[in-house]
Amino acid sequence: MASVPASAVMVEAVARSRRRDQLRFRLSFFTTWLVLVAIIVGGLVAAKKIDLEFLGRWQAFILGGIPITILVSATSIAFAIVLAVLGALGRLSSRPVIYGLASFYVSLVRGTPLIVQILFIYLALPQIWLGFAGVPTIVLGIFALAFNYGAYMTEVFRAGIQAIPRGQLEAAAAIGMTDQMTMRRIILPQAIRIVTPAIGNEFIAMIKDSALVSLLGVQELLWRAQRVGTQNFRALEALLVAALVYWILTIVFSLLQDRLEKRMAESDRRL
Amino acid sequence: MTELHDAFAAPGALTPAGAEPIVRLEGVEKYFGSNHVLRGCTLEVYPKETICIIGRSGSGKSTLLRCTNFLEEPTVGTIEVDGLRVEADPLHAWDRDHQERIRQIRLRAQMVFQEFNLFPHMTVLQNLIEGPTRVKGVSEAEAVATAEKYLDKVGLREKRDEFPARLSGGQKQRVAIARALTMEPKVLLFDEPTSALDPTLVGEVLKVMAELAHEGATMIVVTHEMAFAREAADQVYFIEEGVFVEAGPPDEVIERPKDPRTQQFLSRLLHTV
Repeated sequence: MASVPASAVMVEAVARSRRRDQLRFRLSFFTTWLVLVAIIVGGLVAAKKIDLEFLGRWQAFILGGIPITILVSATSIAFAIVLAVLGALGRLSSRPVIYGLASFYVSLVRGTPLIVQILFIYLALPQIWLGFAGVPTIVLGIFALAFNYGAYMTEVFRAGIQAIPRGQLEAAAAIGMTDQMTMRRIILPQAIRIVTPAIGNEFIAMIKDSALVSLLGVQELLWRAQRVGTQNFRALEALLVAALVYWILTIVFSLLQDRLEKRMAESDRRL
Repeated sequence: MTELHDAFAAPGALTPAGAEPIVRLEGVEKYFGSNHVLRGCTLEVYPKETICIIGRSGSGKSTLLRCTNFLEEPTVGTIEVDGLRVEADPLHAWDRDHQERIRQIRLRAQMVFQEFNLFPHMTVLQNLIEGPTRVKGVSEAEAVATAEKYLDKVGLREKRDEFPARLSGGQKQRVAIARALTMEPKVLLFDEPTSALDPTLVGEVLKVMAELAHEGATMIVVTHEMAFAREAADQVYFIEEGVFVEAGPPDEVIERPKDPRTQQFLSRLLHTV
């Protein structure tokens, strides 16, 4: 029988031990989470603080807010991306008026609380022009969130655009492209790849911030939970459900984002 | 002050008799801040000629090449390519008319960069047809046919659908040469095209360039590759501190340099290799 060299045996043993360590780590990790959840939920149920019958009756209504929460977040982030591209181009513009407009926008939004912006659009704008009172609140909510996130994402896009090497600009100029064409065909497509992970982070933050539009009466997750919770004096159960759903949503989208980033990294390697 | 006729220039072996220069740089000067990088360069290139510009780093050779297609706006001077004369105008560099004239110069004089500068989000073929279709308004079918012709020339037809990141440095530079050729320019500008390459990959790029030179492409090459200059150049220009100090056929400038500065540069270069 051919003898296996001692070093190969050692390599195999090290690999096995590493796999065992990894497995042990994962097991302990999941157990910790399980125990924590069990303590919180079990404790509340056991102490008879949770009205399961209430939950059974109202959970469908509360969970019905999920599609609205996702709709508001997704639409807002889409408009925010458009604003952010425009904002970033403005912040990089050599024209003082355009640069001024963009930096004014970013400064205004970053200098005031999101909740003030939302209430301003909802309560103060109709005082300037009554027509705003007729706009559906979900539209106002999306507008407020997009306006706010657009400003923060302006800086993200600006950094993304500035990350494109100078050589790309020169190569585009050398084949006779105008600045506009260079931006559209060469810079932005590369910048968007760079900022995609950051957009994912913003989307996850947006899911949570979208709860603020419950102030406008948009019937998303938090609005529904608060409504049935306060009406039935069961705020604990209702808010617990809402919090849990937000949490699960962020976990799910984080996982999706991880997958997307891995796929992109892989295709970069393929490139 | 500056002699605006290129006393060194002489038509190369391939140049048709009685031809006019196709590229003319007249009294080109360039300041970066207070740094006087080019101190009046005059250069004439005849059709089908290959010119090599040599000199130590910081001598201004790359800057001169980048002034030729206005990647750097010269401080003063005139650039003429294929009958289009553009006067340096740094005060109005961003005026629309001036920009348009610069763009026309660039279409006539395509550049190959040291760092390749391929577009990473496009395949090889897309890199090649981007300029012809988007800038020159050539139909896609026609641009693809031209692109494939030049990919054949650089020996990379089979890589047409690959992304640049999958190519070696030498392959990238050959694609970059094909991209410049697909624009069908009057002149090719090479800015140290092999300086960013692994030494084992330099040969394949120089081979393509030498072929082009022998087939009658008009080329201005900034390089440190003396073997290439010796083989492919019709004229070699030695630049030092922003002025040409010596020029002539390679067997004179490289083999028997007259100017002590050229002699020193070459002996140092040959002894480090």
